[in-house]
Amino acid sequence: MKKKQLFMIIMGIAFLIFPLVVRSDYYLHLVIIIFMWVVIGSSWNLLAGYTGQVSFGHAIFFGVGAYTAGIFVTKLGISAWWGMAFGGIFSMLVGLFVGWVCFRLRGPYFALATLAGGEIIRLIATNWESLTDGMVGILIIQTFKSKLPYYYIAFALALTCIFVIQLIMKSKWGYYFVSIREDEDAAASMGINTTLYKNVSLLVSSFFTGTAGAFYMNYMAFIDPEVVFSLHFISIMAILVGIVGGVATIWGPAVGAFVMVGLQETFRSSFFGLAPSWISQAHSLVFGLLVIFVIMFLANGIVGDWRKIKQYVFRMKPSRL
Amino acid sequence: MALLEVKNLIKAFGGLLAVNDVSFNVEEGEIVGLIGPNGSGKTTTFNCINQFFPVTSGDILFKGESIIGLKTHQICHLGIGRTFQVVKPLARMTVLENVTASAFCRVNTIKEAKDAALAILEFCNLSNQNNKPAKSLPIAGRKRLEIARALATKPKLLLLDETAAGLNPGELDEAIDLIKKIRDNGISILIVEHIMKVIMTISDRIHAINFGQTIAEGAPQEVANNPAVIEAYLGEQRAQG
Repeated sequence: MKKKQLFMIIMGIAFLIFPLVVRSDYYLHLVIIIFMWVVIGSSWNLLAGYTGQVSFGHAIFFGVGAYTAGIFVTKLGISAWWGMAFGGIFSMLVGLFVGWVCFRLRGPYFALATLAGGEIIRLIATNWESLTDGMVGILIIQTFKSKLPYYYIAFALALTCIFVIQLIMKSKWGYYFVSIREDEDAAASMGINTTLYKNVSLLVSSFFTGTAGAFYMNYMAFIDPEVVFSLHFISIMAILVGIVGGVATIWGPAVGAFVMVGLQETFRSSFFGLAPSWISQAHSLVFGLLVIFVIMFLANGIVGDWRKIKQYVFRMKPSRL
Repeated sequence: MALLEVKNLIKAFGGLLAVNDVSFNVEEGEIVGLIGPNGSGKTTTFNCINQFFPVTSGDILFKGESIIGLKTHQICHLGIGRTFQVVKPLARMTVLENVTASAFCRVNTIKEAKDAALAILEFCNLSNQNNKPAKSLPIAGRKRLEIARALATKPKLLLLDETAAGLNPGELDEAIDLIKKIRDNGISILIVEHIMKVIMTISDRIHAINFGQTIAEGAPQEVANNPAVIEAYLGEQRAQG
């Protein structure tokens, strides 16, 4: 266990000094996006991985967070940074409604309901033009020219999110969430208010996802419904980050975010300009293949099956730590 | 006043009366057996008592107060624990985690819950399995885990649903000892069981039902000799002979 802690500290310091060493805006941007996905993936993981309520609609919370920050600027004329505080809260309010509706359903039916929810809210955001400016989107002016402040804000957000989720999973709530995942009826007969705690999990999850959305608005300075409420780029991506990294592990989504954002960028840039450009069209295909591979050979994700990876890939004997 | 009073309980699934006008009591410190052939409504009665199903009509009183309309988790907090016939181990949690999660019903800190869970696992003779995942337990262990988890909620009344089914003779004796030990700790028990050896040795009273209706009630020997019970289990000819 000592080795693990040392590794964490080294990684932490490495990320702290990374922007001071690597002075490339491009790589800073990539890591900022990765941090944002660490937050979204971890939040999704809390609800789906630990509590067993698989959401196909995390774009709902991401988008509401982003639009909260955006509308603060366009309609209230206050800084989008207020959105960082309130984006999460508005997301929670929406989460409360989503929970009220969707938690009447279990398992795949819940997942389908959240999928529908995501599409509904995307259509609302597209058509409620007086509030959201519809497909025109919201454009604001970035506060900082440099990427450095954004880098550290995203880093702090990712760390806070992982830390809070770790804290929750070590508490009574953690036991409750996992009990609900394993068997909802048994959990109820053990005195666990399953409806309440499913909602608690959803609220924490939606809060962090909403905050990540608000950060996205601040950082990218432009949003429209097709981007922030996207099924493909947000909801599905959140699931991929969780599954590839490792469902129901603390660090899984963090690893998943690195792999997925890295892969996405590698393909988008056609292997950083080295491969013919048509290859950038293939990223969905590769995502699909990756998911098939992970589900078949690493059902618990990279972090969950780390021992297996060590054994087969690095030809190491399983350690007896 | 009885600890649990079931009054004229009726539960209908569409046109099927799974439980039809059943009434019985469980007194404090008593072990009451609930028997009947397959499909006679025993587990449905349990599911009505802990409010998995809304009852169609009738009343269920616990400590003199109606518990109709409460939620399952509230029933548990009132002091009614239950086990499941088809065991429901929280498979990917360890045995200790299973019971700890349950112990939070009465305590709030991790330490208290863990201590309570450890004591209960010791009581149920499971403490050598503490750190194994629940799914690795054999059936006897899973049945014990069900009991341990129910006990961790500190019930006044424990509903045991076929705790002895699928056990070998040695395990049966252990199960009987465990149930007696639970009663000696002041917990009343309502038990559904098919294995006559278990139900006859431990029950103070037996309540027999068939097709959702009461057919006999009384001391174990009386009920075993009751023609209606013999008929329900073995057919009409045996009852006459």
